[in-house]
Amino acid sequence: MSAMAARAPCLLLAAALALAQAPAALAQAAGDQAPPGFRDAAEETRFHALTSELRCVMCQNQSLADSNAQIAQDMRREVLALMRQGRSDAQIKQHLVERYGEFVLYRPRVDRHTWLLWFGPGLVLLGGAAVVWSIVRRRAQAAPAREDDDPPEQEW
Amino acid sequence: MNTPHKPQGLPVVAVVIGALFFLGLLGLMLHGVMRSGDADRDVLPSALIGKPAPEFVLPVLHDPSVQMGSAELRGAPYVLNVWGSWCVACREEHPVLTRFAETRRVRVVGYNWKDEPEDALRWLEQFGNPFFVVLADYEGRYVLDWGVAGAPETFLVDGAGVVRWKHTGPLTEQVVAERLLPALEQVERGR
Repeated sequence: MSAMAARAPCLLLAAALALAQAPAALAQAAGDQAPPGFRDAAEETRFHALTSELRCVMCQNQSLADSNAQIAQDMRREVLALMRQGRSDAQIKQHLVERYGEFVLYRPRVDRHTWLLWFGPGLVLLGGAAVVWSIVRRRAQAAPAREDDDPPEQEW
Repeated sequence: MNTPHKPQGLPVVAVVIGALFFLGLLGLMLHGVMRSGDADRDVLPSALIGKPAPEFVLPVLHDPSVQMGSAELRGAPYVLNVWGSWCVACREEHPVLTRFAETRRVRVVGYNWKDEPEDALRWLEQFGNPFFVVLADYEGRYVLDWGVAGAPETFLVDGAGVVRWKHTGPLTEQVVAERLLPALEQVERGR
């Protein structure tokens, strides 16, 4: 798509950004979302699977597949080009991570920067389970003693 | 009640854990409030810092028959500014960039991204051309290699061709004074 065609929607976007008074209103040419021509269904399926796991770097809450920002369009084109060069999914992801960092992956890999992200919720759950278990055990220890001196009548 | 069992209530451990959790949450929220004022809170850290700048060769905007790129720029530090005439924030940062470029301390290279040449030339005529040279990337061939998300972005590359600093979004006097100049000083001292 030519840069000329990209100008009109971009001006609209720029106006919207100015209205919203975004502090760092990064200009971004918007482009058409038309999918590139695929050779066959398998290629299309693989392309969609791959791009939905990649994050658009401009609009961080959209995947590459959903975003119509200019840069996302360029990145989709690059992903397809790399696929046609015979690169594997892992190699394509690595290619983008080298340029944009781990952030482009919706499912970040496990390493020393991301282990807390991956295992943090599990650790919190384990901690909670430990607390509950210790409380339950303490009550269970106290309970039999009470039953002996405190026959059937309820205390409430 | 004649039972001698312990007074009912939460065990101390649970209270302590709960309090710690609450304080942690409070700290996290305070951190969020403090950061909400930063203009660049959404900016991703660049993966390129400390790595060699991507190799590129592009036509010069003012004379497309001349090609220039990373090979020609190597040997001395340079600042690379990604812009386009379609980019509103670029216009906003232009006076700041111009003032910085006019100090002539370092070459400021313009990287014209996805722009019609005549639009770019008119823009420079209108707002002034502070650039050492402007390279035109009409198709956006190398922006992915630079890890560009959107214009404007500004890179500092040292004489050996290593990316040393990057700013996403419009340059402000504060960014130049507090981040770019110290980074440049470090680059110059390292040479």
